[in-house]
Amino acid sequence: MEKYSAFTLFAHALKHHKNWQPVWRTPSPKKTYDVVIVGGGGHGLATAYYLAKNHSLKNVAVLEKGYLGGGNTARNTTIIRSNYLWDEAACLYEHSMKLWEGLSNELNYNVMFSQRGVLNLGHTLQCMRDIERRVNANRLNGIDSVVLSTKEVQKLVPALDCSSNRRYPILGASWQPRAGIARHDAVAWGYARAADALGVDIIQGCTVEGFMLENGAATGVKTREYGAINAARIGCVVAGNSSVLSSMAGFKLPIESHPLQASVSEPLKPVLDTVVMSNHVHAYISQSDKGELVIGAGIDGYNGYGQRGSYSTIEDTLRAIIEMFPSFSRVRMNRQWGGIVDTTPDACPVISETPVKNLFFNCGWGTGGFKATPGSGHVFSSMLSEGKASMLTKPFSLERFYTGALIDEHGAAGVAHS
Amino acid sequence: MFYIRCPYCEEHRDEQEFHRVAEANLVRPSDPDGCSDQEWGEYLYFRKNTRGEYNELWVHSVGCRKFFNIQRNTETYEILNTSPV
Ligand SMILES: Cc1cc2nc3c(=O)[nH]c(=O)nc-3n(C[C@H](O)[C@H](O)[C@H](O)COP(=O)(O)OP(=O)(O)OC[C@H]3O[C@@H](n4cnc5c(N)ncnc54)[C@H](O)[C@@H]3O)c2cc1C
Ligand SMILES: [Zn+2]
Repeated sequence: MEKYSAFTLFAHALKHHKNWQPVWRTPSPKKTYDVVIVGGGGHGLATAYYLAKNHSLKNVAVLEKGYLGGGNTARNTTIIRSNYLWDEAACLYEHSMKLWEGLSNELNYNVMFSQRGVLNLGHTLQCMRDIERRVNANRLNGIDSVVLSTKEVQKLVPALDCSSNRRYPILGASWQPRAGIARHDAVAWGYARAADALGVDIIQGCTVEGFMLENGAATGVKTREYGAINAARIGCVVAGNSSVLSSMAGFKLPIESHPLQASVSEPLKPVLDTVVMSNHVHAYISQSDKGELVIGAGIDGYNGYGQRGSYSTIEDTLRAIIEMFPSFSRVRMNRQWGGIVDTTPDACPVISETPVKNLFFNCGWGTGGFKATPGSGHVFSSMLSEGKASMLTKPFSLERFYTGALIDEHGAAGVAHS
Repeated sequence: MFYIRCPYCEEHRDEQEFHRVAEANLVRPSDPDGCSDQEWGEYLYFRKNTRGEYNELWVHSVGCRKFFNIQRNTETYEILNTSPV
């Protein structure tokens, strides 16, 4: 792998940038792999990278039906935080946060991780009680988290209307300074490049259409473009399409796929240097380095695989933004899009063995899995290498839907827990 | 935006008048105490979540407030049929 640095940039400039190496190879699949990962989003690519790096498993393929990062990876609004309520979730997301903090260096690829802090606003007494409870829980788990007063919020975000005569007055907020945003497609590309350098085969345009099953165990995948590919272990990381894959293997998941939409405005001068979320008026917003306001909220209520939703949802979202930022009312919106998110009953992921031996699923991240990309790949790589759950992943098994040990993160998950 | 025909009101109305409730025809086990954890969990949480033609239970929440079944394609969003339950 060619190392990226100011020096290589300079050296290539002298040659008119004509000799850059391709960022990853385009191999044809082999007949047999130790591990096949289905889904070339951020989570799948991160899984492959950590398999090769931490578990010395280099005979690994990532099969992606479209192109890298064409799914939710590059459709999301990139909010990264770890201030979840319950220990199980907080530990998992904080594990991910710590990996984010060294990621650009580790991958030698600038993922533009910007720790600009995230505010979760409270508009009612109940909101504030929930915020205080969550902040205290966070601190017990060693996660940076504080409660801010209205005045402190106003100081951080001058454009926010903090006056007391609003319909939904801002009574305070939780604030996680280490939280922030990152460049979404750079995360997929960075992991792909680093995994490829360690020998992982990344196969784009390869659709898994079924599994090869023998006596209740999976022995490989059937692909549309390349036929059968054998694998000792298979990890499915296909986000919104998880139920489609599980039905190929003959079981159901506790998952419903919904459209989730987002939109960006025309570029503006810098006006917002942090991330503002509100569960109560139901929207969140940040400003990208290009100057666009990046806006999102909750899912469309119906099941959908269409990567688009209804206009009424966008309207509600923008209405909520105007409630918080009246001065944005005349900003023009540039683009709007949707992704397919895999929601679970407790707003927590499923990282689990399945009824089929050697087949593992990492899914159910729903509306909030971008922040978990490094952590998710990290813990799923150990599951695929050991063949069983670790301390961090055990609580997220499918088993919890039978025992009832759900990890109810709907509160902290908030506005569709972005 | 969906334009949905309520089978009771016999009118097409805006999506915002309705709410999607769940997968259609979920049958509550007749003897919950007699269920295994597996059976009860399946009933509560596990869903087909089909990509393609799918039957769902919706409610005309700000209209007649009645529940009805809808047959729709979750990929194209085409609504194929609505019928009373
Ligand atoms: C609008 C929107 C906003 C969001 N905002 C945030 C946010 O602010 N913060 C946050 O943390 N999270 C957010 N999320 C959620 C986050 O994007 C997802 O949880 C996360 O990206 C999912 O993991 P992934 O990146 O691996 O998924 P994806 O990128 O969707 O990867 C799955 C891949 O599997 C492939 N695939 C599917 N079926 C097959 C098959 N049969 N064969 C081969 N390949 C297949 C797909 O093509 C896809 O590339 C948001 C999501 C959306 C849609
Ligand atoms: Zn009606």
